[in-house]
Amino acid sequence: MTLLILVAVVVVLVIAYISIYNGLIKSRMNTKEAWSQIDVQLKRRNDLIPNLIETVKGYAKFEQGTLEKVISLRNQLVSAPSDDQNATMQISDQLSSSLKSIFAVAESYPDLKANQQYAKLMEELANTENKIAYSRQLFNTTTATYNAKLQMFPTSIVANLGHFQPATFLETPEEEKKTPVVSFDENGL
Amino acid sequence: MLFDQIAKNKRKTIGLFVGFFLFMAVVGAALGYFMWRSVETGLVIALVVGIVYAGYMYGQSTDVVMSMNHAHELTGPDENPELWHIVEDMALVAQVPMPRVFIIDDASPNAFATGNDPQHAAVAATTGILDRLNRSELEGVMAHEMTHVRNYDIRLQTIAVALTSAIALLANFGTNFMFWGGGRRSDNDRESNNVVGIILSLLVLVLAPIMASIVQLAISRNREYLADAGAVELTRNPEGLISALQKISNSEPMSEQNVAPSSAGLYISNPLKLNGMNELFATHPPMDKRIAALRQL
Repeated sequence: MTLLILVAVVVVLVIAYISIYNGLIKSRMNTKEAWSQIDVQLKRRNDLIPNLIETVKGYAKFEQGTLEKVISLRNQLVSAPSDDQNATMQISDQLSSSLKSIFAVAESYPDLKANQQYAKLMEELANTENKIAYSRQLFNTTTATYNAKLQMFPTSIVANLGHFQPATFLETPEEEKKTPVVSFDENGL
Repeated sequence: MLFDQIAKNKRKTIGLFVGFFLFMAVVGAALGYFMWRSVETGLVIALVVGIVYAGYMYGQSTDVVMSMNHAHELTGPDENPELWHIVEDMALVAQVPMPRVFIIDDASPNAFATGNDPQHAAVAATTGILDRLNRSELEGVMAHEMTHVRNYDIRLQTIAVALTSAIALLANFGTNFMFWGGGRRSDNDRESNNVVGIILSLLVLVLAPIMASIVQLAISRNREYLADAGAVELTRNPEGLISALQKISNSEPMSEQNVAPSSAGLYISNPLKLNGMNELFATHPPMDKRIAALRQL
């Protein structure tokens, strides 16, 4: 009888351990999946940028420097090691703000604004920018869920035994918290 | 709070179905008795019709509601890239599958979501809302709709719409039946037809308030506040939704051909002209209260 109870207890414990372990794996998988969402959008944007540059170039009597900056940031992003998430996001954020200034200046070129190709690219880029922002938010949400699981009892025991490491949040860049300021250099036009 | 709401929604859906079948049974029994002097025959017919109708509605609800509101479906991002991409974004961040997207050709700004569950959801926007709102405002509106999807509000609301329109159809039939039933020449049929006509017309009188209270039961105003709050949770930008609601509230009602009255409760703001009756059974809290609640977030 005692043996039977002992066996039952062990079986229950094993089942609990397995299900908690699997829950943790799934939760960690979610954060990875969320990161890959961001990655997909970053790649998509990298593909769109050369087209944008080509389209804008013809009209651009303006800001050659901004175009070059966008290109160089894009190249940095392409060659950046993908395992350092925060570094990748940092370059990506700089790229975002450079793109914003291209858009803002381009607003004052009626010919460019009327260009179909440009309008399409604008929507595509706005779409990727938003997707990057929203998948970053999703990444942080899934990370928060995962990290909370690591600390909560009794999941914490399994997490310690299985050496689960907490995931790091993506930080919100300072410049995204305030509204972007766009300056027009009248003399440069 | 949210899980409470989801559980409550599921309970209410069952309640609606039970209520609908009871109602069908009463109507069937009454009809059976007066037509054939047989309550059982009426019950069986009502039950069969009720099951077929409810099953059809459950399977086809999205298409039925969309065609009731004259919406056409987008098949990809090409026709309206901005709307399509925004819906994609909101589905992503709400962690629900991409819903079907519809557009209603109407100048008044409005939007709604429908479907049985997040896997079979659909959202619709009027051309008016697409013209008037900027990206962050439209994001707020779509986030509101996506919150309805995530909270299972859509199933309850859609079923309520389907069942209400079934009852409306029946009431309509009753009125017509009395009309042509009364005009019949045959002396043999005359008496029983009149009785049926009277019964049906009495039903019509009883039905209107029942329809209203079904909608009332299904659509709590609390749910709209919850969806507004959920929208802000998704977009992290209350200003977008606030200014969208302001633009929507200052606009004219939708054209009556485009809105089936029974589906009015689905919309983000009441698409019909308000009169005394509508005010009494208002499905939405007043816009200024919603905006005030959003400001406090």
